[in-house]
Amino acid sequence: MNSIIEKTFLSENVARLVVEAPLIAQKQHPGQFVIVRTDEKGERIPLTIADADKERGTITLIVQRVGTSSHKISLLNAGGRLLDVSGPLGRPTHVEKKGTVLACGGGVGIAPLYPIARAFKEAGNRLVAVLGARTRELLILEREMGAFADETIVMTDDGSYGKKGVITIGIEEVLRREPVHLAVAIGPAVMMKFVALLTKRYSVPTIASLNTIMVDGTGMCGACRVSVGGKTRFVCVDGPEFDAHEIDYDEMIQRLSTYRSEEKESYDAYLGTLS
Amino acid sequence: MAVDFQDLSADRGQKWREELRAALAARERSALPRVKMPELAPAERIKGFREVNSGLSEEMAVREAKRCLDCITPSCVSGCPVGINIPGFIKRIEAGDFLAAARKLKETNALPAVCGRVCPQEVQCESKCVYHKMKKPPVAVGYLERFASDCERSERSERGAAGAAAPAPGAEAAAGCRVAAIGSGPASLTFAGQMARFGYRVTVFEALHELAGVLSYGIPEFRLPKSIVRSEIAYLEAIGVAFERNVIVGKTLSIDDMKRQGFQGFFIGSGAGLPKFMHIPGENAIGIYSSNEYLTRVNLMRAYQFPEYDTPIVRGRRVAVIGGGNTAMDSVRTAIRLGAEKAMIVYRRSEEEMPARIEEVHHAKEEGVEFLNLTNPVEYVADASGRVKQMRVQKMELGAADDSGRRRPVAIDGSEYLIDVDTVVVGVGTDPNPLIPRSIPGLEVSKWGTIVVDEETMGTSLPGVYAGGDIVRGGATVILAMGDGKKAAEALCDFLSRESPPA
Repeated sequence: MNSIIEKTFLSENVARLVVEAPLIAQKQHPGQFVIVRTDEKGERIPLTIADADKERGTITLIVQRVGTSSHKISLLNAGGRLLDVSGPLGRPTHVEKKGTVLACGGGVGIAPLYPIARAFKEAGNRLVAVLGARTRELLILEREMGAFADETIVMTDDGSYGKKGVITIGIEEVLRREPVHLAVAIGPAVMMKFVALLTKRYSVPTIASLNTIMVDGTGMCGACRVSVGGKTRFVCVDGPEFDAHEIDYDEMIQRLSTYRSEEKESYDAYLGTLS
Repeated sequence: MAVDFQDLSADRGQKWREELRAALAARERSALPRVKMPELAPAERIKGFREVNSGLSEEMAVREAKRCLDCITPSCVSGCPVGINIPGFIKRIEAGDFLAAARKLKETNALPAVCGRVCPQEVQCESKCVYHKMKKPPVAVGYLERFASDCERSERSERGAAGAAAPAPGAEAAAGCRVAAIGSGPASLTFAGQMARFGYRVTVFEALHELAGVLSYGIPEFRLPKSIVRSEIAYLEAIGVAFERNVIVGKTLSIDDMKRQGFQGFFIGSGAGLPKFMHIPGENAIGIYSSNEYLTRVNLMRAYQFPEYDTPIVRGRRVAVIGGGNTAMDSVRTAIRLGAEKAMIVYRRSEEEMPARIEEVHHAKEEGVEFLNLTNPVEYVADASGRVKQMRVQKMELGAADDSGRRRPVAIDGSEYLIDVDTVVVGVGTDPNPLIPRSIPGLEVSKWGTIVVDEETMGTSLPGVYAGGDIVRGGATVILAMGDGKKAAEALCDFLSRESPPA
């Protein structure tokens, strides 16, 4: 269990791992996540399940190197293993036929968006994907998303691929031209905040999937708490998806910065051990 | 817990016991002073996470054991939620047979080294000791329990698991029948130990990567060293209990999946895992933790060894812990060890009503914790980056008694003031974790989210499914959880032998 079957890099800092986890592969639904730990001294970190293969008994995880733990995971190779994988956690996405669904993914957020978008397409929706990245090299899963999406719009901040500009420009283009019945936004907190502001103006119901700090992932610690509609909710058991128009993004962004200096201290020390 | 006095009196009637009683007059026994637990000095212990109580020497233990009058009707036993044969094990210590004392303990208690450390003996066995009638301090049952089990453990580490308790009579009949415990805290571990002794094949499923539930993530190293917990688990493994980590029942596996795998009986001991917050303004500021998170980061994830371990924690200089229970004491004493210059308990009632053990409050005071009793937070104030910098509190006074029998705290108008803090730990209790109850169709749950059981058997609304510990009680002690596990094991054993009587 927990063996790495395949490992590839989707971009310089984004690794894709296919992990043997038969029980989780059987049980998972789009929108759910796992908690993993690489080694005895490692953190427990949440990672969304980007794909699963019930027959092979595998799940796919996509991780961007941003600190010690994600860097450690990105260095695992086929034949290696994660020490702990537990899940599937969180509530699955509520998938139903709505009409037109707009799937908005920013950066590595495209990874968790992918199985959700596919599920909405399979449920009979028209699926328009808007994918954003800083630059061409950082864009992931465009081809995979394009395989089922009715239309895929790519936005890059520097214009190196697709259209130039932030993701909301591409989203608004769709909102202006056709009725959209549901939007799903996954990406950096700031991106989700601005997507939510935009879709609210167009009165399009929107869900956002949050990736906050967690420890146990089963509702035990409350590290992941966010304010939604003025109420404190736990991302791990009440989410990870919430009404994007009700989330207090500013509070969430602040809470994500809780350990900024410790994360840097840890990462610098870790990178020192690599060189 | 029903006590089998016949059993106790048969043990008491043995020749060696009679001789031992005759060897020293009761007057001389009662003249002996109660032993003092040796402990690390406060200035020394707050530098790290070493265990505070260092345990009795053999000489101290034997002397304390002599104080026990070996009463005909030992009232201490009725004060024990698992009904340990208390004079039985104490007299074996007096006789110098420490391993026999430990075996006596293990007949009724799967985790004596844990109970000897964390049980509130002062309100259980020791509160019933006959010495109270003589206006003398009770026999130190807890210290002696710890002593005997520590002896057995060091013996076991030298010789393997030879000290295992004998299987219960008729154990062969159950061979091959599989039962599951959900959660690996004290309730489940006790259940598992009992079922294994009855001859069942037991598997314990744990959601986290580490076993033992609250004994691992909750109770700090300085009160319960993790090596002791690991050793108790190793003992259970040695008597045949299997453990599966990283399995979240209700998510990774359903009860139906487990039935398909051949499990015929279930015990749910999933704990009160959901932290309570007070829902006051500013509570989501950075630096405000639930006690569960604070203690889990330190105990389970070893954040006190950051950056050697990857999990960080805010090392506050001015730390306020809200609450007056053992969890609050564990949190505030942890804060001191993480380097807090000022560590405060903020409790809305007075010290008299504090649910924490007297020893914990005493240790906390020795370590420099300040107690702001009759004080309650009403708001947190954060700086521009969202980090907590102050808390607004109000003074309280005690009014009439409430449902719990404790006097209800009432806010005093106009008594609010600000306290500077950079870390806050909210330790005001936990609710049952809904994850498992929610995932089992037909399981009856109370309006508080606890699983409804028959108190005699710990049986739930579903046949063959039992529950105990905090998922039933909503927040209690290690030993009460263990009592539940034991009761459930006996009831499940009855149930299974009725369902599929041995051929």
